[in-house]
Amino acid sequence: MNYVYDVGALARKDLLLELRARDTLPAMLLFVVATFVVFHFALPAHSSQLAASGLLWVAIIFTALLGLGRAFVPEREQRTLDGLVLAPCDRSAIWLAKAIATFAFLAAAEVVALPVFALFFHGLHPATVGAVALADVGICTVGTFLGAMAVATRARDLLLPLLFLPLAIPIVVGGVGASVVSAPGRYLAFLVLYDAVFGLLCWAAFEYVVTE
Amino acid sequence: MLTARKLGKRYGDKRVLRGIDLDVALGDVAVVTGPNGSGKTTLLRICAGLALPTDGEISVDVTRAGIGYLAHEPLVYRELTALENLEMYGRLYRVAERRERIGMLLERFGLWEVRHDRVASYSRGMTQRLALCRVLLHDPQLLVLDEPFTALDEAGAALLDAQLAELRGERTLLVSTHEPDRIAPLTTMRLALT
Repeated sequence: MNYVYDVGALARKDLLLELRARDTLPAMLLFVVATFVVFHFALPAHSSQLAASGLLWVAIIFTALLGLGRAFVPEREQRTLDGLVLAPCDRSAIWLAKAIATFAFLAAAEVVALPVFALFFHGLHPATVGAVALADVGICTVGTFLGAMAVATRARDLLLPLLFLPLAIPIVVGGVGASVVSAPGRYLAFLVLYDAVFGLLCWAAFEYVVTE
Repeated sequence: MLTARKLGKRYGDKRVLRGIDLDVALGDVAVVTGPNGSGKTTLLRICAGLALPTDGEISVDVTRAGIGYLAHEPLVYRELTALENLEMYGRLYRVAERRERIGMLLERFGLWEVRHDRVASYSRGMTQRLALCRVLLHDPQLLVLDEPFTALDEAGAALLDAQLAELRGERTLLVSTHEPDRIAPLTTMRLALT
């Protein structure tokens, strides 16, 4: 119960920071909508659903990268991570709270982006929406973990995509699969498995990322 | 309370601490002095549990919940208000009667009137006062203070003097400072780094 209380306090802080600074969500929204607009004109008319699905997942991954890159910026710029690390809560609560906040920003961007995608391309299958929700969990848990690793380095802006994109390949495979096949259950189960395995690994290993 | 034996720290090839022995008992006020680059901050970070020594051993007889660490940076969020920052830390440290404690500290350090203002609008001195509120919020047993008088005006420094005098004997203090004379009346031991 205390753990949930700590995660709540930390996530509230991250949401408040975004509410005040407004430098993550607007950027994600603009990026994802702009990507769809560009591809709407770039892809040939009557392009296949396969191509459109691929485009959707590429847009989601890169939009998420924008949010993940900003996740630990307040802690880096104001050096507040020491304060959080010293607090007597389980350090994985820092990671989970960040992942929840990033998930909220990504989901908010997708609430706008998915209808735009449906409008510009081939509509939206319910399985795709489910796959996006499951993929968001994996993206935010793994991406937040890697963001915490990258923020401690000088090449942080370069390192995060380099670490994250290979680990996002299974998400893209599962997401595209669930979007294009008639029986998406297998791909959705694969995304659930990814979320569970990588979520558990990140939860267990986060302490070693933020301590010397 | 705090024991260190032959403590050393190096970053790559650069050695910043070497062979430090330290015995700080409950109620001690230990002052660490030394020129810039002598390793004061590194020593304090090791004592607070934020860094690991590369040589020697250190033993601190309090949990993380019992340590209050004042760093060079205030460790507060500039986009949040003083109240929001202290609320968050108060929740994480499970401070009993949190609101009353926060109110008391903000009153004492002269920040009550600006408690709803964002920290970004504070002067450096006000931010340092808020950092002191954060450190004292959970009534820690061991206070590790890195240059606590930095940026404080005379009134702020007098407030801190009074606070330290109040804590003397009841809490253990490890203070690094370039003004050792300022807390000389409270000091029970001194460590000069070179």
